Amino acid sequence: MTALLEVQGLDISFGGLTAVRGASLEVNRGETHCLVGESGCGKSVTALAMMGLLPGNAVRRAETLRFDGGDLRGLSEKEMSRLRGDRMAMIFQEPMTSLNPAYTVGSQMAEVMLRHRGGSRRAALDRAAELLARVRITSPGMRLGQYPHQLSGGLRQRVMIAMALMCEPELLIADEPTTALDVTVQAQILRLLADLQTDLGLAILLITHDLGVVARTAHRVSVMYAGEVVESAPVRTLFSRPMHPYTRGLLSCVPVPGKIRPGDPLGSIPGMVPQVTPDFAGCAFRQRCLLTRPDCAGPIARRRPSADHAYLCQIPPEEMVRS
Amino acid sequence: MLQFLARRLLVALLVCITVLTFAFALTRLSGDLAISIAGPNSTAADIEIIRKAYGLDRPVIQQFFDWVGRAMVGDFGQSYFFRERVAKLIGDRLPITLTLGLVGLGIALTVALPLGVISALREGRPIDRVISLVALLGQAMPSFWLGLVLMITFGLHLGWLPISGTGTWQHFVMPGTVLAFSAIPALMRLTRSGMIDAMSADYIRTARAKGLSRASIILKHAARNAAMPVVSIAAVQLGFMLGGSIVIETVFALHGVGFLAWESISKNDFPTVQAVVLLLAIIYTLLTLGADMLNAVLDPRLRAS
Ligand SMILES: Nc1ncnc2c1ncn2[C@@H]1O[C@H](COP(=O)(O)OP(=O)(O)O)[C@@H](O)[C@H]1O
Ligand SMILES: [Mg+2]
Repeated sequence: MTALLEVQGLDISFGGLTAVRGASLEVNRGETHCLVGESGCGKSVTALAMMGLLPGNAVRRAETLRFDGGDLRGLSEKEMSRLRGDRMAMIFQEPMTSLNPAYTVGSQMAEVMLRHRGGSRRAALDRAAELLARVRITSPGMRLGQYPHQLSGGLRQRVMIAMALMCEPELLIADEPTTALDVTVQAQILRLLADLQTDLGLAILLITHDLGVVARTAHRVSVMYAGEVVESAPVRTLFSRPMHPYTRGLLSCVPVPGKIRPGDPLGSIPGMVPQVTPDFAGCAFRQRCLLTRPDCAGPIARRRPSADHAYLCQIPPEEMVRS
Repeated sequence: MLQFLARRLLVALLVCITVLTFAFALTRLSGDLAISIAGPNSTAADIEIIRKAYGLDRPVIQQFFDWVGRAMVGDFGQSYFFRERVAKLIGDRLPITLTLGLVGLGIALTVALPLGVISALREGRPIDRVISLVALLGQAMPSFWLGLVLMITFGLHLGWLPISGTGTWQHFVMPGTVLAFSAIPALMRLTRSGMIDAMSADYIRTARAKGLSRASIILKHAARNAAMPVVSIAAVQLGFMLGGSIVIETVFALHGVGFLAWESISKNDFPTVQAVVLLLAIIYTLLTLGADMLNAVLDPRLRAS
C-alpha cells in the first residue's frame, strides 16, 4: 500500500538560511504520525510546505511530494486550494488568533463546505452543528451564532478541529494543537483527536515537542533535528530501540511509553543547534554527539535496522546498540 | 449593543452642549458686538440703540439661555448682515456643502481603497513604491493651485466641465476631485497598512488552509478587519471636507456653508457664526457617532465591551 502523504528530499530555505534540508516523511492512511523535535527545527515549515502554505519568502524544493499518489509539486495555487480544506486540512498552535474575529463560528465553518461542496447555506450550517457536537461542544446550535471572542481557547481549538473536518478530509495536520492550552484541556483535545482518528479513519500528522503526547497518541514517529528527519520508526520501536544519538539523547531521561507523564519535556542535551546554511555538509548533530567520528562531516548514510525503521547516521545499528 | 448606542449618544450630546457654550462665548469674547455692528463712524447713541435692539444690554447669562432655547427649536435668529433668517440661510447653503463633501469622499474612497489594497498585496514591489510616491505628490499639492489647474485644463481648454456655480452634478466634479485629493493619501495609507496587518494575521493562514479563493481571502477575511481604521479616518476626512472647504468653495464659487462661515466671520454677523459653528459641531459629532456604529457592525468585539 502506498502512503497517503509521501515526502522525500524536502528542502526549504528563507534567503540564505536553510530551514529544512532533505527531510523525508511518510504518513499512512488511518494512522497518527507524530513529528517531534526541538522548537525551531523546522516542523511547522515542513507542515506548511505540504499544504502549500509557506510564506512568500520561502523557497521549497522536493524530490517527492505526493498526496494520495498525486504529485503536489507542479500544482498551481488554485489547484492546491481545491485540495486544502477538502482532502487535507490543518489546525494550528494558536487557537486564540486562528479564527477570524469578525465572523461567527457558523459562518466560518459553513464557508468551507460551500467552497468545496456547494449546496445550501442551511445544509452547511447543519453540517457545522453536527461537527460541533462531534467535537463535544455543548449546545452547538447556539455556538454557531457566537463569535470567536466569546469562546475559550479550548473551545476555539475544538471549533478549529470541527472546521477542519467539514469536508471529511483524509489527512489532518495538527501543528502543536495543544501547546497553547491548559494541561487539562490539552488532555481532552488529544483524546478527542485520537477518537476522531479511530472513528473516521483519518490520517493525522501531529506535530509536538511533548514526548508524553507521542507516547499516548502516535502509531509512528519521525524525529526532526536542524531541518532533517533523523529517525523514523513505529512508536514502540522508537521508544524501545532508538538508534540515532539525538533520539537517544531525547529519550535518555524518558523511560518506556505509558510511564511518561503528560507535559514531560524533551531531555536536554548539551550544546546548541547549529545555524544551517546552504553549503552546510554532514551531520548537523555532530558537535553535540558523543559518538562523533571524522566521517560525520561527509555525506551521511540512511540506515534501516528493520523494514519500518530508518535513521540518518554513520554508525550502523550493531555498533549503536553496543555503545 | 443598546448600551453601546446609549453611551455613544450621551457622549455626542455632551460634546454638542460644550460646543454650544463655546460658540456663544467666543463671539462675545471677540469684543463689544454692538460697536462692531454699528461700524466705525457711529456715535455713542447709535451704539446704545443697537445694543438695545439686539438685546445685548441684557445679562450675558440671559442672552445665552435665550439663544439656547431658540436654537433647540431651530430658531437661530436674524442675520445682521444678510437680513435673513439664519435658519433659512443655512438651509440654502447646507445642501451644496453636503453634496460637495459626499462627492469628495466618494471620489477619495474610489481611488484610495483599491490603490491601498493593491499596494498592500504588492508590498515593497515597484507598483507599491509608485503608488506611495504619487500619493505623496498629491498630498504636497495645495488645493487652490490644483483647483486652478483643473479649471484651466478641463474647464477652459477642454471645455468638459463648468468652472463655477452649482447648477448640475457636473459642477461638483472638479471641486469634489480637489477635496478628494487631500483625503486620498491618509485613506490610502491606512488601507495599505490595515491590509498588510490583516494579510499576515493567523486567521488569514486559516482561511488559506481552508482552501478559500483568493478573492474571498482578500475581500471577505482581510478587508473586513482592515476596514475599521479606514472608516474612522473617512469620517474625520468627511468632517474636514464639510467644514474646511472654504478655499474650494471660494475658488469654484460654490456658496456653501464654508463660504457662509467666512463671510459671516468677516462681517461680525454673530448669530450666523454661532449657528454655523454649532452646525459643524453637530455634523462632526454625528460623523464620529456614525463611524463608531459602523465599526461596531464590523467588529463584534466592540459591541461586547
Ligand atoms: N517566515 C519565515 N521567515 C524566515 N525564516 C523562517 C520563517 N518561518 C520559519 N523560519 C525559520 O525556519 C526555521 C524552522 O521554523 P519552524 O518550522 O517554525 O520551527 P518549529 O515549528 O520546529 O519550531 C526556523 O529557524 C525559523 O527561523
Ligand atoms: Mg512550530
